[in-house]
Amino acid sequence: MLTFTLRRISLFIFTMLALTLLSFSLSFLFPGDTVINHSGQINATVTELAKLNEAYQMDKNLLNQYGAYLSHIFNGDFGQSMASQSPISAEIIKLLPATIELSLVALLIAMLVGIPLGFIAAIKHQKTSDNIILSLAMIGYSIPTFWLGLLAILLFSINLGWLPSAGQISLLFEIEFVTGIQFIDILLSDSPYKWQAFRNASAHIVLPAFVVALAPATIFIRLSRAAMIEVLAASYIRAARAKGLNFSQIIFRHAIRNALIKIIRHVGLQFANLVTIAMVTEVIFSWPGIGRWLIESIYQRDYTAIQSGLLVLSCFIFIVHILTDFIYAALNPLARGNKHGS
Amino acid sequence: MSFKLLLSLLAVLLASLLGGCEDSGKLTLSQRSIIYCSEGSPQSFNPQLSTSGTTSDATSKLLYNTLIVFKGENNILAPSIAKSWHVTHDGKKITFYLRKDVQFHQTAYFTPTRTLNADDVLFSFNRVLDPEHPFHLVSGGDYPFFQGVKFAQLVEKVEKINDYTVRFILKRNDSSFLANLATDYAVILSAEYAEKLLEANTPNEIDISPIGTGPFYIKDYRVGSLIRYYRHEFYWQEKAKIEQLVYDISPSKTSRLTKLLARECDVSSYPIAHKKIAERSDLHLESVTSLNVGYLGFNTQKAPFNNKLVRQAISLAINKQAIIATVYQSQAAYAKSILPASSWAYDKNTPELGYDPARAKSLLEVAGYPEGFQMDIWAMPVPRPYNPNAVTMAKLIQADLKKIGVTVKVVSYEWSTFLRRLSLGEHQSFLLGWSADHPDPDNFFTSILSCSDSKVASNRTFWCHKEYDQLIKKALETSNINKRKQYYARAMHIIYEEAPLLAIAHSKRFQARSTEVEGKILSNFGGVSFHQVAKALAYDKSAKQAAQLNKVNE
Repeated sequence: MLTFTLRRISLFIFTMLALTLLSFSLSFLFPGDTVINHSGQINATVTELAKLNEAYQMDKNLLNQYGAYLSHIFNGDFGQSMASQSPISAEIIKLLPATIELSLVALLIAMLVGIPLGFIAAIKHQKTSDNIILSLAMIGYSIPTFWLGLLAILLFSINLGWLPSAGQISLLFEIEFVTGIQFIDILLSDSPYKWQAFRNASAHIVLPAFVVALAPATIFIRLSRAAMIEVLAASYIRAARAKGLNFSQIIFRHAIRNALIKIIRHVGLQFANLVTIAMVTEVIFSWPGIGRWLIESIYQRDYTAIQSGLLVLSCFIFIVHILTDFIYAALNPLARGNKHGS
Repeated sequence: MSFKLLLSLLAVLLASLLGGCEDSGKLTLSQRSIIYCSEGSPQSFNPQLSTSGTTSDATSKLLYNTLIVFKGENNILAPSIAKSWHVTHDGKKITFYLRKDVQFHQTAYFTPTRTLNADDVLFSFNRVLDPEHPFHLVSGGDYPFFQGVKFAQLVEKVEKINDYTVRFILKRNDSSFLANLATDYAVILSAEYAEKLLEANTPNEIDISPIGTGPFYIKDYRVGSLIRYYRHEFYWQEKAKIEQLVYDISPSKTSRLTKLLARECDVSSYPIAHKKIAERSDLHLESVTSLNVGYLGFNTQKAPFNNKLVRQAISLAINKQAIIATVYQSQAAYAKSILPASSWAYDKNTPELGYDPARAKSLLEVAGYPEGFQMDIWAMPVPRPYNPNAVTMAKLIQADLKKIGVTVKVVSYEWSTFLRRLSLGEHQSFLLGWSADHPDPDNFFTSILSCSDSKVASNRTFWCHKEYDQLIKKALETSNINKRKQYYARAMHIIYEEAPLLAIAHSKRFQARSTEVEGKILSNFGGVSFHQVAKALAYDKSAKQAAQLNKVNE
């Protein structure tokens, strides 16, 4: 396990280095002055500019400049947004939790819907229900997110009036910002309308979360179907059957556990996909997350925000990736055994 | 085991989500609050500083009170903070007797120690009048409404007689003075709060975190996103019926429509897709004819429009009905003259230059242009309430004028350039309009066509007619309503004869609301008000049905 951990950590460090190198070079590639792209201070006076040049060591060679850039990032200084002139780190801290919340809920939905459906398809392998599930998954995977989002608003918000179409919670509720994850903040708040607010927030997250969840859910269907088929064909299942265990015992005790392990490995990978989808969805549902902010920054040519936003977002995805790797390794001893070579 | 636990947990969650387990005895938060989808952020929280409609919508009637107000159908002046007032015979001294029970807002940033008195009134007006006043230059020192009506040139001084009596001394009699005090802009601020801010060296806060006496106070403002108001519990009149008011700032027209249809806002300003809203039984579309006018003006200093026959001919050749149907989508009143028909000074017998291309052609021949001529029309680049699409309007006029042999070139500049070059008189004719600040007819006659305004402010026809000017001046000097009516009728007749401009339409202002929301929000002029607005109880079926019936009746 130690070697495994060390390996992941070194991978993390090198990937992060590559990412910061990319975002560092973006400052040179974007139009405008490099130091202004770094800091986002478009209205800097001459003395302020001189100070910035010194802070980012612009007069020294590229390696030093990169070092200065890294030290700024490690101190949590991502510069300030060119559009709003407020520190980017503060904006990210406000917005990232909303995205995490949406992505996690969507991931949960995708797994809760996708994995059981995949298992059912595998158990009914090559029967009608298998075909139906597979074709549904294919259709679901092919639907573009933005179109689905607009359709969902049209149907569920406008025509049926069941669910709200915009924002994280009705503006009537005043929820103090603590963690940024709305549900936790609601539970922490001392508002007399806690449960109303909780219900309202739940209603707000339903549409965007399902829209985000659709594509990953279809992938989970296919993954879990394949994993289950493989497990069901394994010899220990045949042995269990020969021992006289009944169907549900075989499935719940032996097959599901072993199939799940194969799926968990892909959760991290799917998470990256999911965050990308979430960015588009945030725009459609006016979700106050980092994706919408990043897309607005692109519209406004806010280079500092684009650069730092990308860095933070990719770093976040990578951390999730590694975490799932750890969970996988904890659950599956075989993965830890890689050190012997395979 | 764990699987079952998960299932039951999910079931509980679903039940709590979908279940309608409201306490039917108690009003829910949403029944005690209203969300208003507004079209933009206010420029300031002090309406003295801005004449934009968005700003007065978000401030005037919510946060503040004025000394006097307009009341009823005929917009008669009525007491507000001033419980009565007295005007001397020469009309130069106006004394206001203030109420003694007017409380200021108590908020997180300010706790008032006294009720409103003469000092607050003095402070509010001296800030505008006195260039030496410590607050005059705070937030820019521009008071567009007061500058427009030349307030500083009119008012000699404002005196405090005692704690609850204030006297305005004017340099001359002006019958629109009281009307000006009743507009959305003449609000009363807190002198005590200003003093406190001055001590703390943060005078700018007075327009950012406002303190007033109105039915609501500001709880929270997030730029470009929302304004949260709470009810002022110690309001001197009957307190507002709703406890919380939220302005959801949604500049996009489609997002306002979506939020309205999805019932995420109860009231929406300037809605689109009128048909769709009218189809819905739970929504209600309403409109008021605003006190405004959209017109085609002629540069009377330039050939060929220095000839009144040509102006008349062009006026006769334009089909206004077609313009109203196309540009205003029939949502405007046909304009016979610059004054809307709802004004008390409107004279029904005023003749107009109606659509008559044949007569137009013969007039052009008399004027010496049998072959027609070339002209340009300057069309405003931005939609305004009085003219939602000037370029389309210009093109319609172009087609109309082609029939009498006049070739039109449509010109448009970016808005501020447009206004600047217009003031330089580079144009031949132009499409523009006027939104009234108060219902006094003078606001139309003086601002659009008077001689003094032709030099400095808003008269872009550069038309200067001695008799007309004397008439509107006389009308201001008397307070006899019948006499004023006569003067204005004569003035309207002169406009008809001289045709310095062609009034086209008085547009309507639209608003959509859920049928649950009751009470008057819109008025013919000025900002929206939520003081008398309430929500019908969702459980009260009869109220809902009544609302439905009302809708059918309309």
